[in-house]
Amino acid sequence: MSSNKSANENNGKRSGRISLTSTVLKVKMLLIIAVVVTLYILAVIATDSNPIRVIEGFEHIWNFVKDDLFPPNLDYFTRVWEPLLETWNIAIFGTTFGALLALPVSFLAAGNITTNKYLYRIFRFIFNIIRTVPEVILAVLFVALVGIGDVSGILALTVLTVGIIGKLLSESIESIDPGPIEAIQASGGNKLQVIRYAVLPQVLPQYVSYTLYSLEINVKASVILGFVGAGGIGIILRQQLAMFNYDRVATIILTIFIVVTIIDFISNRVRERLE
Amino acid sequence: MIEFKDVSLVYPNGFKGLKNINLKIEKGEFVVIVGMSGAGKSTLIRSINRMVQPTSGQLIVNGRDITNLKDRQLRGLRTNVGMIFQSYNIVKRMSVLRNVLAGRLGHTGTLRSILGWFPQSDLQLAMRNLERVGIDSKAYQRASNLSGGQQQRISIARVLTQEPAVILADEPVASLDPPTSHKVMKDLKKVSKEDGLTTIVNLHFIDMAMEYADRIIGLRDGELVFDGPISEVTPETFVEIYGRPIKEDDLLGKDDEPEEVDLEDVVK
Amino acid sequence: MENRDKVKINQLFSRKKKMYTAAILIILAAVYIVAFLSTPFTIRSSSVSTLETLRRLFIEPLINPEYYSGYLEMIELMLETIAIAYAGVTVATIIAVPVGFLAARNLLGPLSYLAKALLNAIRAIPELIFAIIFVASVGIGPYAGVLAISINSVGMIGKLYAEVIESIDEEPLEAIRASGGNRIQVIWYGVLPQVLPEFVSYSLYRFEIDVRASTVLGIVGAGGIGAPLILATWQRNWEDVGMILIVVVVFVSIIDILSGQIRKRLT
Repeated sequence: MSSNKSANENNGKRSGRISLTSTVLKVKMLLIIAVVVTLYILAVIATDSNPIRVIEGFEHIWNFVKDDLFPPNLDYFTRVWEPLLETWNIAIFGTTFGALLALPVSFLAAGNITTNKYLYRIFRFIFNIIRTVPEVILAVLFVALVGIGDVSGILALTVLTVGIIGKLLSESIESIDPGPIEAIQASGGNKLQVIRYAVLPQVLPQYVSYTLYSLEINVKASVILGFVGAGGIGIILRQQLAMFNYDRVATIILTIFIVVTIIDFISNRVRERLE
Repeated sequence: MIEFKDVSLVYPNGFKGLKNINLKIEKGEFVVIVGMSGAGKSTLIRSINRMVQPTSGQLIVNGRDITNLKDRQLRGLRTNVGMIFQSYNIVKRMSVLRNVLAGRLGHTGTLRSILGWFPQSDLQLAMRNLERVGIDSKAYQRASNLSGGQQQRISIARVLTQEPAVILADEPVASLDPPTSHKVMKDLKKVSKEDGLTTIVNLHFIDMAMEYADRIIGLRDGELVFDGPISEVTPETFVEIYGRPIKEDDLLGKDDEPEEVDLEDVVK
Repeated sequence: MENRDKVKINQLFSRKKKMYTAAILIILAAVYIVAFLSTPFTIRSSSVSTLETLRRLFIEPLINPEYYSGYLEMIELMLETIAIAYAGVTVATIIAVPVGFLAARNLLGPLSYLAKALLNAIRAIPELIFAIIFVASVGIGPYAGVLAISINSVGMIGKLYAEVIESIDEEPLEAIRASGGNRIQVIWYGVLPQVLPEFVSYSLYRFEIDVRASTVLGIVGAGGIGAPLILATWQRNWEDVGMILIVVVVFVSIIDILSGQIRKRLT
């Protein structure tokens, strides 16, 4: 055994002081901490949010919720459900159109199906760009193009959904078992037959799961789309806020919370069973 | 040093882990406990540092009954009784040295240990123990970079750094290949003799037990069926302990394979 | 089970499955019928053509040097946006560590369900709703945005942290307990070293999400680039909208790439 060897490169001198961490690691850690803290200080200055103010802020918020939002005006609910339905419809249509569009597009963006390298790269690039644009900005763009109303919301969510499902599904397609593909190619099947009989059956559960996942996101997104004029419950939320009717605002928020929780719950259950 | 007085242990599900064990282990002994899996070897060892709780009887460690210790006293006991595990139980993402120093936690104040301010004497001790098991050159490496045998040596160094009076080793070589198993057992025996530690080891393999033990304790279905120095052990003893003829599976194999060679050591 | 029963159960099963499928189809049909009947599909096409709007959105801000000076202001606002996300995610991380431990089943048992329920509730509320409440309680500005981002992020990071803690290797903890370590030492030397890289990785991941989220906080007055965005939209100033979009895409992409690189090195 090599116990007498003074081989300790990191520590250098055995007889001297021993430190718990090697010098290299220490310097590295200090540097990382310095960068993280400096960035935080800069961010605090830019946003005027030092830790003391943050703690005070949470107190203010608590008081606001307790005094102004509570109790919610439950009578107002009779006026909430109609825009709520509109929000839900926007989410449903956005998800449906997005999911339908995403299916063919995902095959074009899957490296093992598309043999054309450029096509593959272009679609990958498009998915990545869509993912960098927040949904509200998408909504603003469509409001610009087709005017205020539900259609701009539906189009925004459609694009958002294509981005989400396209990215996830094309990755699923790439990781499928290649065996069945070869089997159908070997028996003379063309590309469409390969997709229909070898690929689709393998990715169908994922496709449904990703669609439901998009629906969860879209319901939350469609709530706030109304703020920029893309229809739904966001419109009345903005109106009531502008009039400082906080008891009504509370009713709207409560409704949104309950609906989102129910949809998330159902969707999660179904997705768990699909796996 | 350690005395079991009529100790029994019944698990909450009704399984009888130990049945009326009477046993006395003297200071400095190297005792190996053998028996089939489920015979109560682990339960016996784990009662000594109260990782499991005997349901009746007295268990004396260092002149004190440990069956009813409270939180703080229990930590005091465990500081004095070190343990080595089958799966090493080291934090693979921490450095080797830090893993070894984890053995000092019972001796170190909470605040001090959180800040990592171990006394220099502790660091020296940790490094010396790494040297004794031959992996001091790896002190600042991540534990995950080391081989299985080296990882078990980390845990031996950790237990030595704890400076206990007793070492408990629960199947310490069960996850290692035969040549490495022998090297680790040799190391364990060497250091425990050097420091005059009382050592109690669970082993599954008969030939290994015979090679390293001063004294063999045989357990079967939670009962003590053999206790004596290896000079008293006969082939019939194991038939008695196992309750069946000895099979090849019960033997690890001879220590005649080439010793585990660490490539890095050779290169250096 | 007897064979006879098995056959019966199989029949029952397939009948149940058929009913199940039928029920799902009926529900889906109902959802779509209601949706089609109650959606007006309003398109208020403006006097200008779509192509003209597209040109003003995407071409004009890129080719017309008149607009180049405006980018500086947009970049400044984008930096403020990133600052909101960074300060928010930092506060969230500090809160999420203890919350994550509270919500981890293997450390606290039944109490964890309460903590988990709270985290789920937070995640069910869109960040803009938080921003609305916070602007109403502490006033307009990026400060409200930081608070909104931090609360909303705790909902997700806290849950992820709890899952990381639940998946750790418990054997090293046993070793530290066996050598006389107390509860705090077990967490510090047994749990933290195992979970720290994942914690950092998840915080970075959340930072990426928060940068996107912060870009729209300004719509409700919570600071950042969202305020000029909504203003430009109301004024139909499509060139400004285009510039903002370009700045957002560029900065979000840069942050995604940087953060992704760091996360890759962590694991």
